[in-house]
Amino acid sequence: MPGDSNAPEVTAIIAVLVDNEPGILARVVGLFSGRGYNIESLTVAPVEEGGNLSRINIVTLGTPMVIEQIKAQLGRLVPVRRIADLTAEGPHIAREMALIKVICPHGSGEAGLKRAEALRLADAFRARVIDATTESFIFEMTGATEKLDAFLDLMRPLGLAEISRTGVAAMARGTRVI
Amino acid sequence: MTSHTAAPSSASPPESSQLPQAPGAEVLLRALKDQGVEVVFGYPGGSVLPIYDALFQQNAIRHILVRHEQAAVHAAEGYARSTGKVGCVLVTSGPGATNAVTGLADALMDSIPVVCLTGQVPTHLIGNDAFQEADTTGITRPATKHNYLVKRAGDLAHVVHEAFYVARTGRPGPVVVDLPKDILIGPAPYEPPRATPHPSYRPQTEPDAALIAEAVALMRQARKPVFYTGGGVINAGPEAAALLAELAHATGFPVTSTLMGLGAFPASDPAFLGMLGMHGTYEANMAMYECDLMVAVGVRFDDRVTGRLDAFSPGSRKIQIDIDPSSINKNVPVDVSIIADAGRGLAALLEEWRSAPPGAAPGVDREALTAWWRQIDSWRKVDCLRFEQARAPGAVIKPQYAIQRLATLMAADKRETFIATEVGQHQMWAAQFLKFDRPNHWLTSGGLGTMGYGLPAAMGAQIAHPEALVIDIAGEGSIQMNIQELGTLAQYHLPVKAFILNNQSLGMVRQWQELLHGGRYAESRTTAEPDFVKLADAYGALGLRARSVDELDGVIRTMLESPRMVVCEVAVDPAENCFPMIPSGAAHNEMILGGDRPGVPSFRGVGDPGRALV
Repeated sequence: MPGDSNAPEVTAIIAVLVDNEPGILARVVGLFSGRGYNIESLTVAPVEEGGNLSRINIVTLGTPMVIEQIKAQLGRLVPVRRIADLTAEGPHIAREMALIKVICPHGSGEAGLKRAEALRLADAFRARVIDATTESFIFEMTGATEKLDAFLDLMRPLGLAEISRTGVAAMARGTRVI
Repeated sequence: MTSHTAAPSSASPPESSQLPQAPGAEVLLRALKDQGVEVVFGYPGGSVLPIYDALFQQNAIRHILVRHEQAAVHAAEGYARSTGKVGCVLVTSGPGATNAVTGLADALMDSIPVVCLTGQVPTHLIGNDAFQEADTTGITRPATKHNYLVKRAGDLAHVVHEAFYVARTGRPGPVVVDLPKDILIGPAPYEPPRATPHPSYRPQTEPDAALIAEAVALMRQARKPVFYTGGGVINAGPEAAALLAELAHATGFPVTSTLMGLGAFPASDPAFLGMLGMHGTYEANMAMYECDLMVAVGVRFDDRVTGRLDAFSPGSRKIQIDIDPSSINKNVPVDVSIIADAGRGLAALLEEWRSAPPGAAPGVDREALTAWWRQIDSWRKVDCLRFEQARAPGAVIKPQYAIQRLATLMAADKRETFIATEVGQHQMWAAQFLKFDRPNHWLTSGGLGTMGYGLPAAMGAQIAHPEALVIDIAGEGSIQMNIQELGTLAQYHLPVKAFILNNQSLGMVRQWQELLHGGRYAESRTTAEPDFVKLADAYGALGLRARSVDELDGVIRTMLESPRMVVCEVAVDPAENCFPMIPSGAAHNEMILGGDRPGVPSFRGVGDPGRALV
């Protein structure tokens, strides 16, 4: 039961189905900033044919009491249709995608070793090379946030130059829908 | 998400081509009429001229020309609070809309249904920094329950209908409809309110039966129960207030109320403990601290009510009924949370309470309840609102005495009476000393604490109740925040009485400086007040002044008897503080009481954490 304001913070993934109207994203983001809630990541895109409904996936951090409050506050927004706390409601899948630019010039000696190492690790992590020059690679990688973080840590000493991450898209496992 | 068509949130609008067309401004007024709007409080300007032109050519909707847009919203709040209807505001773009923001935030905090129509520059100029352009939906987003920008003429009528629906249902609140000028001039299809339910906004009003049973089971076991009720009961309508009284009598439980809830339970009822919270009564706060069961109805556990959260009612089980799920478990965790309209929730509790056949259900421990009442009576004997008033001619008037005399002399008046207040010491004394027996007759700014609320709110109530006695209890500081509305009162011959307690200082600020800041009265003295009697005269009102205790009754009588607008200034003791007081960061059982009260545990002082609170 929520209640203890000294309880440890937990990560929650909240999916919100909203009417796709101008300003809805500002309402959601403004709610988080105005009430001092955390946003770890946020993704949004239309999900219905015709584009009338959008889904927002929010990863947030808070005590159980605050997470309950976030859901209740989201529920007050008029264009919000449904809210699912994927973390609380059962098993779920959470994935994000990243584009990762590594600058590691072709050549002999240490530089060449780095380039080869980057490719080997990418292979081990099932990251795809989607752009390559003699100076650089762009890897595309999809997976759990922790997997992306681990890969990025490995790329750092190898010439990691730029990261573009989508943030988390998530869904309940099995037949359960929002 | 990047769509630039302002589709309303309801699906399947009727085919616009089949609907009758008229200029947007006319369609707007027709929609307002459909929604039962009789009065609009507003102020014209460039972007809303088409609406004013349409208003000029009809008689169904009356327009009240205020002197400042903030006052228009407060007037609409006073109108709404005193009638139970939705208040309606009309302001122009840019400064018209930004001036209204304080009123909107006030209505949001106090859950008052208001629809505010704001003009906007034509759609093709939006975003171009046009003259009197402001991002009104952006600015008002956190100050409203919801807002709309109408970008297609085809959405106009439906959006207006939806705005009223959202404002008055669920937990009521302010809604803004931003109207670009081209939408008001060009043809728009008219449509009546749709019968289809809103696709996403569906507040739950009916309580869950199992939770009601659970709540009543706790109520039957309670030995030291208390009802803690608030503005939600008033918003649920007079029936809800009647149900509260019925339930309190059926159970024999005591009742305390928030500032916003005053009048929902009769103050003259022996079961009423008075207001609770920072300036609540000793008995109400002690009952909250010591109770073993709290039944909270239409309240939000505001910090002015709870005091220090970790010492708030430490030994009680808590039942909460609220229409807004976000009000439950927000500040204080409860044991049974019931999402429902306060009236429906009270009706269900009452039905369940009475459902058990005599002897079948475990009854309340009458003996324990009697002991609880004895305890409450001992707290009442502390007489926490007592003050000393010298009676010699020329003696300075205590502010409490001024309000007490007003209450007594008002009681003899046969008219229906509405009281508005500004914000500060006078507001708390009014809440302590006036006895409200009916809901919707007390208009005050609770959540936002908006100085300048009272005079326009009184104006709104007087518009709705032309025959009633409407009094704004004010301080000389607050009233000057919207004193320009004396002009509006004069224009419409509204006989509002402004009863100003003049203590020559911003009293509540001064009180906090005395108690928390070593008596360093930084900027809380107001040494160049206007001559309120002359000011009254300038606006065509009757000006009165009481300087000493012997003048008070006569002045109040003259005020009450006058058919005119009255500005009545009462010079009161500038040193008087408002007690009892739970200082910031203290618990309910750590009240500061005025004067000597032996045997009452006294407050131990405010620490730094307390000083950091507001």
